[in-house]
Amino acid sequence: MSEIATMNVKDQFLSTFGVQDFHFDTAASKAARDEATKRIEGLDFPTSKTEYWKYTRINRILKAEYTIAESAANIDITPFLIKGMENNILVFVNGFYRSDLSTITDQKGVIACPLSEAKKKHAKLFASYFSKKVPVDEIFANINTAFHQDGAFIHIEKKQKADHPIHIINLIDGDQIITNPRNLIIGEAFSEGKVVTSYHNLNGRKSFTNAVNECFAAENSFLEFNKLQEENGTSFHIATDQVQQEKSGNFTINTFTFNGDIVRNNLNIAVAGENGYTSLNGFYLPKAKQLVDNHTRVDHLVPHCESHELYRGVIDDKATAVFNGKVMVHRDAQKTNAFQANNNVLLSDDATINSKPELEIYADDVKCSHGSTVGQLDEEAIFYLKARGLSEDSAIRLLLNAFAADVLQHIGIETFRQLIEEKIETGLKK
Amino acid sequence: MASEDELLAEVTSSEYKYGFYTNIESDKAPKGLNEDIIRLISAKKNEPEWLLEYRLSALKAWQEMIEPEWAHISYPKPNFQDLHYYSAPKPKKVLDSLDDADPELLEMYKKLGISIDEQKKLAGVAVDIVMDSVSVKTTFQDKLYELGIIFCSFSEAVQKHPDLVRKYLGTVVPKTDNFYAALNAAVFTDGSFCYIPKGVRCPMELSTYFRINEANTGQFERTLVIADEGSYVSYLEGCTAPMRDENQLHAAVVELVALNNAEIKYSTIQNWYPGNKEGKGGIYNFVTKRGLCETNAKISWTQVETGSAVTWKYPGCILKGDNSIGEFYSVAVTANHQQADTGSKMIHVGKNTKSTIISKGISAGVSNNSYRGLVNIGKKATNARNFTQCDSLLMGDKCGAHTFPYIEVGNKTAKVEHEATTSKIGEDQIFYCLQRGMDEQTAIGLIVNGYCKEILNQLPMEFAVEAQKLLEISLEGSVG
Repeated sequence: MSEIATMNVKDQFLSTFGVQDFHFDTAASKAARDEATKRIEGLDFPTSKTEYWKYTRINRILKAEYTIAESAANIDITPFLIKGMENNILVFVNGFYRSDLSTITDQKGVIACPLSEAKKKHAKLFASYFSKKVPVDEIFANINTAFHQDGAFIHIEKKQKADHPIHIINLIDGDQIITNPRNLIIGEAFSEGKVVTSYHNLNGRKSFTNAVNECFAAENSFLEFNKLQEENGTSFHIATDQVQQEKSGNFTINTFTFNGDIVRNNLNIAVAGENGYTSLNGFYLPKAKQLVDNHTRVDHLVPHCESHELYRGVIDDKATAVFNGKVMVHRDAQKTNAFQANNNVLLSDDATINSKPELEIYADDVKCSHGSTVGQLDEEAIFYLKARGLSEDSAIRLLLNAFAADVLQHIGIETFRQLIEEKIETGLKK
Repeated sequence: MASEDELLAEVTSSEYKYGFYTNIESDKAPKGLNEDIIRLISAKKNEPEWLLEYRLSALKAWQEMIEPEWAHISYPKPNFQDLHYYSAPKPKKVLDSLDDADPELLEMYKKLGISIDEQKKLAGVAVDIVMDSVSVKTTFQDKLYELGIIFCSFSEAVQKHPDLVRKYLGTVVPKTDNFYAALNAAVFTDGSFCYIPKGVRCPMELSTYFRINEANTGQFERTLVIADEGSYVSYLEGCTAPMRDENQLHAAVVELVALNNAEIKYSTIQNWYPGNKEGKGGIYNFVTKRGLCETNAKISWTQVETGSAVTWKYPGCILKGDNSIGEFYSVAVTANHQQADTGSKMIHVGKNTKSTIISKGISAGVSNNSYRGLVNIGKKATNARNFTQCDSLLMGDKCGAHTFPYIEVGNKTAKVEHEATTSKIGEDQIFYCLQRGMDEQTAIGLIVNGYCKEILNQLPMEFAVEAQKLLEISLEGSVG
């Protein structure tokens, strides 16, 4: 019975994508789509019994109806710009590239263009990287591969440094819009670069963003990838972030979630080269009845690597936050140092946090630890600040800002960090 | 120094003398599990109608359940129709098994210095011995009776105190709780029953000793401990089994009820046969243990797990009453091909409830040792507090140590902390000990015992000594 019911949901959900036109596709792109379509046939949407999705019910996402619609509206993008990054922006509205809104300044050795363009222009790069590491058993990632419209393609050549960070802006314009944004970021050996991708909602309700970000960090590369999720309170967002890190690479990924009805991030990092350094951080601030779910997985496949993970959240109203961090130290990945921490503050009696920090270790000469705390602000600290003339409200805000600061210090783009600070500040104001 | 099996033989023959069961000749029920077997077990034990009903409804529920697969363990699934669900020991068989007894097993007991139940006798502990799921002997029963304490086999309790059994059986672990709890509820043959009346502090350690003896039998015992208001009891449980090539199944259910202001301390030393060095044989230990705390009550679980081929066990506390306290202290050692997936569940329901979880895992050889725990703070559990610490020690590069904690908090006043570390024995620590004239084995024993000290300190003294020795034996030859 239930199987038939889910089949119907699946068919109905997939039928939305039938109208899409992929005239820009190359053979490599088409092959990837076909493979993913084939895999989808054998996959089902997760249910509440799927351990990996235990705390996140997606029925509401699946039962809603969606449309795919290009928007030609004249949009003012200034509210979404980040100071100092205005000259390197790629703008996508409803998943379609808008060249009229985008600005790209040439940087030596750096390609930043829409994926649809890269498929032909940089066919060789595309063919060797696209969809090579994305999890094959995750239905949402496969849907993206099969039906993605567009996304950003960023490539930094060997030994080149992108002096100016690149900002990918994803906008939603209209009701019940579904998008499958797909970003492919490649840093060649000894390259250096920083990228921000942000998701916003101009107007309209109940949009669904099913994003995939693929990052390849070659040996000795130095990459930073930032995600800002602030769609509106009725929107759904499921993201799969796949990172492949090679020898001696330094990779940082920061995820900030401020808005969204249901937001789910699946971050998978494969540390495949020795002496790598990986940093993954996140801050979430769910309110109302929102749900933010961060699932991270770091696979230490080789010896002598180090990973640091820090996720923090402030949960208010009737919101729920989920954290599931997994560190997997594979056999023979000796001398691995892996640290993981998740700290949460609940502001309301109806807020919920489900935290599950996991370690799976198959090598003996390692140093691994994880910690998870749930608590409230220190009464004495609040009293101290009140005694110095701060109102209770501003005392709490000050302490929560300090709580967030440990996460924000991992942002390498100064202006972006300031922006996030401001967003936390406003987010905490009732 | 009497060996384990001699003692057992002695005990079982004396059991025959006292004759708890007149029906001792018919030792085994036919293989298989169905309604008729349940009726047979129930009839043999002369059980009241309600208990038979209870068993039958559990069987019905079990038949619709699927064996859980979420644990981080892999093993060939037991064939539930190929087991004997009732097996009362015959003295002759036991004597046979003395001749059959494996020298390696006897050697281990020799190393322990003194057998488990002999030690308990010396220490004046009241022992209830359960062999092949039938209780064979309970000592010190009369003395306890003077205080109003009931400590007897489960089947005796069913006959003599049916009201108490009926009132509490299945209240903490419902018969539909999980696959193995349902199986146990359907087929349990015996176990221990303990009731401490209001305001009584039990003057001695109560102890149950379990042993699987027959081949192809499952051991399904049921323990029910009730501490009435303001009472205190410390309860010990020990387990052994002889060596067998095939895997044997042990699926027990332990229910603790601590009423207002009562305290129960439950300690386990689990030393089931872990299988040989190639991972052949050994016991499947699938146990459901749970305690219920009323207002101001306290339940403390302490476990030292060194045996079993596969362990699947999560002793937990439901902190229902305000100000109640739950504690869990555990050392789990896995060597060779052993697998353990163990931890604790703390469910906070009442206000100002506190729980502590300290878990130490040691994995050696090619074993896998997982901590899996749940801390759940309910909406109304104001000012709940939890502290969890799980440390893993890895010995050898082919073993695994894993941590899967679930933390679910629904109240803003809760304070929950979880921390876990994984490391190996420092070479410098071993070097230091070697320098001072210890051999490597002693050095490792010393370091491991130091690492587990927090837990061993929770055990009653005579058990702590035994546990220390067990740890050393289990890890023998695992580092080189």
